[in-house]
Amino acid sequence: MMVELAGVHKSFGALHVLKGIDLRVRQGEVAVVLGPSGSGKSTLLRVINHLEKVERGTVTVDGELLGYRRAGDRLYELPEREILRQRTSIGFVFQNFNLFPHLTVSQNVAEAPLSARRRPRGEVAELTARLLDRVGLADKAAAYPRTLSGGQQQRVAIARALALEPKVVLFDEPTSALDPELVGEVLEVMKDLARSGTTMIVVTHEVGFAREVADTVVFMDEGRIVERGPAAQVLDAPRHARTRAFLGKVL
Amino acid sequence: MTLHDTAAAVPAAGPQEAAPKVVTARHPLRAAAALGVLVLLAMAANALVTNPAWDWDVVGTYLFAPSVVRSVLLTLELTGLGIGLGFGLGTLLALMRLSSNRLLSSVAWGYVWLFRSVPLILQLLFWYNLALLYPRLSFGVPFGPAFFDVGTMDLIGPVTAAALGLALHQAAYAAEIVRGGLLSVDPGQRLAAAALGIPRVRRMFRIILPQAMRTIVPNAGNEIVGLVKGTSVVYIMALPELFYQVQVIYNRNGRVMALLLVATVWYFVLTTTLSVVQHFLERHYGRGRS
Repeated sequence: MMVELAGVHKSFGALHVLKGIDLRVRQGEVAVVLGPSGSGKSTLLRVINHLEKVERGTVTVDGELLGYRRAGDRLYELPEREILRQRTSIGFVFQNFNLFPHLTVSQNVAEAPLSARRRPRGEVAELTARLLDRVGLADKAAAYPRTLSGGQQQRVAIARALALEPKVVLFDEPTSALDPELVGEVLEVMKDLARSGTTMIVVTHEVGFAREVADTVVFMDEGRIVERGPAAQVLDAPRHARTRAFLGKVL
Repeated sequence: MTLHDTAAAVPAAGPQEAAPKVVTARHPLRAAAALGVLVLLAMAANALVTNPAWDWDVVGTYLFAPSVVRSVLLTLELTGLGIGLGFGLGTLLALMRLSSNRLLSSVAWGYVWLFRSVPLILQLLFWYNLALLYPRLSFGVPFGPAFFDVGTMDLIGPVTAAALGLALHQAAYAAEIVRGGLLSVDPGQRLAAAALGIPRVRRMFRIILPQAMRTIVPNAGNEIVGLVKGTSVVYIMALPELFYQVQVIYNRNGRVMALLLVATVWYFVLTTTLSVVQHFLERHYGRGRS
């Protein structure tokens, strides 16, 4: 298993956001997480790269327990350095891109391999050029993010996430902040990634993307996974009433 | 379609009828006000230049007098120490204030509260007279044995006392300016940097601070320009900085206005230089934002 969550709970104060999540994603699998807002989808992603700590349950990525070291029946929180190392194998793409506005496009992409992986500059420059070419922005290497369209910015953010050569890439509503006519170019890049065998967990409202690309569709509601299965089955023949109600609204 | 057809389609703009000329509206009151200001400016310039009481030749003589230049250097030294140490300590205080450790953030808050509440001139006198409170200072294990001790007067002379007072005072304001800058950065930036596994120190200095500088620089510029002039209060410690030095000279020769002008010219030069530096810093940290 590439990603495995077992009995994961997470609360913010009195608000119980994740109520016992079990999820397994294979190597090369594309899992799309659907669900109404407030159902815990974004928190689920943040738990997977330890941007949020789990309170109960475990998250493992490629067999490695995330954020903790197990000794007997205790989990000891890892030092920050170890957590940062673990995060470098997990890419994250944000809804609002969160590009670094004071750095150029290529500096944005090169930052993590240089500082988190300490790879040599020449190698990183090559990698950056290759990734920008892959997302179709080779000519924007020297531009600042603010001068790009939303779609272009999100493609830079995807290249930045790929720069660590992660084992899994998490997408948190990557097209929700985009103008409708810019959604397509971002989805194209994501489809290309999926075809090349990248393990992906995608939170989105793009049911069309789920139908075309997802191996698995997971439907979440009120902090629980209500239904999961092959894309065609969950989208076309949902078993659960709440899944049917949700799909009825978004389709 | 030919040109003739176009003209025919829009008869009002026929070929023989020239486009009407635009006449901008006149603003007689505005013009009168400008004229009035111009006259006032001319009068002011005339008053400055023609009145012999300003003693412009005396100003010229003393502007580069060795004692005045030395005092300008001391003013610069005090400003530099005040800014350098003040913003260094201020940055540390801002980070403490934002820490999730309650003791660290309370101590930082307490520092700002204390040093903002005491007038600078009082603080300077406290430091200057520290030897009255603690005649000797010892260094060693806290609450344990001392390795060596020195007389307070030997360690904290007038220049050190002045620099210390200015720096500690400045740190309280710098802390708030830096904190405001750090808070102005979009929290998504921290999140993205953390998600990329960028080490904590690098995250601060490469990602967060450069963006915070956009807010910090204009406020810090105010403070620094303020401090250049604020160094004049150390004259109460009889330190020969610019303001004290011109007083010494005019008490001797009686040319009060001329020597106050000498000081004014130098303060102008220093603050203008800083404003130019500030302009370029703002341009540097504003990159990618236009």
